[in-house]
Amino acid sequence: MVNIIWFILLAGGIILSMFNGKVDVISNAAFAAAGNSVAIVIEITGVICLWMGLLRLAEASGLVNIIAKLAAPIARLLFPDVPRDHPAFFAILMNLAANVLGLGNAATPFGLKAMQYLQELNPDKKSASASMITFLALNTSCITLIPTLVISLRVQAGSASPTEIIGATIFATCIGTTFAVFFDRILRRRYFGR
Amino acid sequence: MLHWITVLSGYAVPLLLLGIPVYAFFKKVPLYETFVEGAAQGLHIVIKIFPYLLGMLLAIAVFRASGAFDLMAQFLRPVCSLLGIPPEVLPLAIMRPLSGSGALGITAELLNTYGADSFIGRLASVMQGSTDTTFYVLAVYFGSVGIRRYRYALAVGLGADIVSFLASVLACHLFFSS
Repeated sequence: MVNIIWFILLAGGIILSMFNGKVDVISNAAFAAAGNSVAIVIEITGVICLWMGLLRLAEASGLVNIIAKLAAPIARLLFPDVPRDHPAFFAILMNLAANVLGLGNAATPFGLKAMQYLQELNPDKKSASASMITFLALNTSCITLIPTLVISLRVQAGSASPTEIIGATIFATCIGTTFAVFFDRILRRRYFGR
Repeated sequence: MLHWITVLSGYAVPLLLLGIPVYAFFKKVPLYETFVEGAAQGLHIVIKIFPYLLGMLLAIAVFRASGAFDLMAQFLRPVCSLLGIPPEVLPLAIMRPLSGSGALGITAELLNTYGADSFIGRLASVMQGSTDTTFYVLAVYFGSVGIRRYRYALAVGLGADIVSFLASVLACHLFFSS
């Protein structure tokens, strides 16, 4: 599916730009994207290495296993394929907690760690496992209690009450997350038969 | 409530930076060596992510530059007026799962054009805050462990994005109906 979407975005974009007589923008956009991806990678490298260092400490000291044990009762419901007390639960819990608190740059390294743990359990290393998809469904639709970026944009735009959207945002996110978990369950059953 | 969440967010990172090394120290883990070992692993992850990120950003940038958004928005316009959705927010709804910086730009533009406290401004704020950049997250997370076949992950992610968008419209009607 990702192959098809990638192709549609790329080929569809180029063909459409030919029809619109805007072919010249394509090469600019393509090279800007190439440069941009390097900029993003450089920006996240330091933070990811910092957290990976700390996470290694948490692993080596056994802290990971203690927290995974605490998270297991709830996490088992969402991730039936992950063995009890697996350290993956630690990384998943920390990623979701960081997301909820709006700590974006801590959330990503925890999420990457979670993917590493889930990959260890994955029988087919080139294809996404059911648990990985459940994790990403939670992650992309996840709740942020205080959307700091949006609030700062609203302040800049001269809002009389920049934080008034928090209630509505949490409401919308909860519906989105509930649906994601539900939809994931249906597709998982259809795809993996369990 | 809001105050306590802000306080918690502020303390979370410093407490982790303190708590993990302190616990490891009492467990007699060689602190500095272990930290460096982990940080080195981070570098490998970033190198693995890069090609996936490049591929995804390239396709999205070309799609965006071609004016495909306007075309999609035009097609969806009649559906929106049926559901009581202001068509002005459609480009944001399409951009949100594709590009984080692109969506942020559109949100800022909508807030400045229509006013942050208008219905469109509030709806744009809620849409911006209620979902994440699905394509970016999938590219980075799957890329970091070398997953090439996403199976139904995109379907779940995009399905959730559509539901979140509709829920944002509903939420704004419920919370700000005046």
